[in-house]
Amino acid sequence: MTHEIILSGFGGQGIMAMGKMLAEAGMQEGLSVNWLPSYGPEVRGGTANCSVLLSSEPIISPLVLEPTEIIVMNKPSLLRFEPQLVSGGHAFVNSSIIEIQASRRDITAFYVPCLDIAQELGNPRIANMVMLGAYIEVTQCLHAKTVEQMLAHLFTGAKAGLVALNKEALRRGAASILKAAC
Amino acid sequence: MAKELWKGNEAVAEAAIRAGCRFFFGYPITPQNEIPEYFSRHMPEHDGVFLQAESEVAAINMAYGAAGCGARVMTSSSSPGISLKQEGISYMAGAELPVVIVNMMRGGPGLGSIAPAQSDYFQATRGGGNGDYRTVVLAPATIQEMTDLTQEAFDIADIYRIPVLIVADGMIGQMMEAVEWKQPKPRKLPKKSWATDGTKGKREHNIISSLFIDPKDCTLHNHRLQQKHDLITQHEIRFEEYLTDDAEILFVAYGTTARICQAAVLRLREAGVKAGVFRPISLWPFPEKELYDCANRAGVKAVLCAEMSMGQMIDDVKIALGGSKSVHFFGTGGGTCPTPAELTKAAQDALEGV
Repeated sequence: MTHEIILSGFGGQGIMAMGKMLAEAGMQEGLSVNWLPSYGPEVRGGTANCSVLLSSEPIISPLVLEPTEIIVMNKPSLLRFEPQLVSGGHAFVNSSIIEIQASRRDITAFYVPCLDIAQELGNPRIANMVMLGAYIEVTQCLHAKTVEQMLAHLFTGAKAGLVALNKEALRRGAASILKAAC
Repeated sequence: MAKELWKGNEAVAEAAIRAGCRFFFGYPITPQNEIPEYFSRHMPEHDGVFLQAESEVAAINMAYGAAGCGARVMTSSSSPGISLKQEGISYMAGAELPVVIVNMMRGGPGLGSIAPAQSDYFQATRGGGNGDYRTVVLAPATIQEMTDLTQEAFDIADIYRIPVLIVADGMIGQMMEAVEWKQPKPRKLPKKSWATDGTKGKREHNIISSLFIDPKDCTLHNHRLQQKHDLITQHEIRFEEYLTDDAEILFVAYGTTARICQAAVLRLREAGVKAGVFRPISLWPFPEKELYDCANRAGVKAVLCAEMSMGQMIDDVKIALGGSKSVHFFGTGGGTCPTPAELTKAAQDALEGV
């Protein structure tokens, strides 16, 4: 099993954090993992993307050139990375702000209104976790529980209150997929 | 020990602290800024010194001072910054001072780009400073290997009293992988009786210098350095072979490029082409004999050197092979990584030309 994932969006949407969560959780489940950020002379509000590899085999090359999944949080990201998806790959589209649909017929797109759901939960910054919940629900690459348990380690002290919110965001993301499937 | 997720730059800094490094002097430059950042936060926890110098030149000379006092010391930078340190590196080699220097290579020449590159191979292995000197150069390909080699780098520096370079690229610096902190194999380290750490009135004072006014003394010094270099060449060669046993096409690559070559090897093998990778880990001393033996096994039809440069290590590959094999080359310069598809094609082209 190998997942080659590209995550992309605006700086500030929690792209890097989402990727790190995936890598950390994958490692805890005994997978080989790699997280690679694109780095450059970035500006606030500019693009941010990173790649994550999760594999039951040792990871050889850290490059993700033909992703099996893309998680795109803004329109430029969809336009840029959809052509790179492998045939049969999955696109996870933040449909709250991306008004267009994926154009390829040989891939499967999942439209997750993650910003709307996050706002319903009272915190737009949690949209990335909603998306992560949807991603895990579809791919089953990890146990949602692993990510939930990590949250307790991540948010401690004054931030401990965020654990419940993040868990709820993950669940609502997963539920949005199940709802769409009905 | 449990595995932990570490970013390359932070891992090399943590590995240095674990190896007993208590002095770090540096100056910021992308893509290695997390190294000084990590030290700035964590050196004080270990009663160590982190100092952001006013320039790279200042940083390397502060390292000279700390090493002269017998301390374990590190400095780090990326390509243009390492260029600025060359005078200091030559002086430390001349004064026989142990230091570990990290170069997270980026595109060049000049300011170049901030993307991953391997175009400082000449500078690292030939020396960008003046004089007959060598530095040990270690090139990890994974973050795990980088942490392991960091401990070794400090030991090698102390045993031979020589600067040791750890050369990686921006990608290894920026990415995160699992690290298992290992208990290093203890090596017998000599006492630093040469250090200028105070005579306490009990011995003659030590002098640390790279200056020998009398050319006869300087000649003797050079011969002694050469003996040391020979000793290092005998004992400190490191390399790894990947699926080389039956290979008909042999990649030679180091660091990140070697990993991408391994991906190309798997593609080639799926297509029925037997491919393998010879990966030098010590770039100096270069595994000349080991590469010669590997490349001259019965099945090897062609050798393909791949680098994120326009062709630098290929010189050492040619020297090692001594004309016994024709050497093909695939390179990307300026901060671009080769892709497995490009390397696969280059290998197929090389085989066709045989």
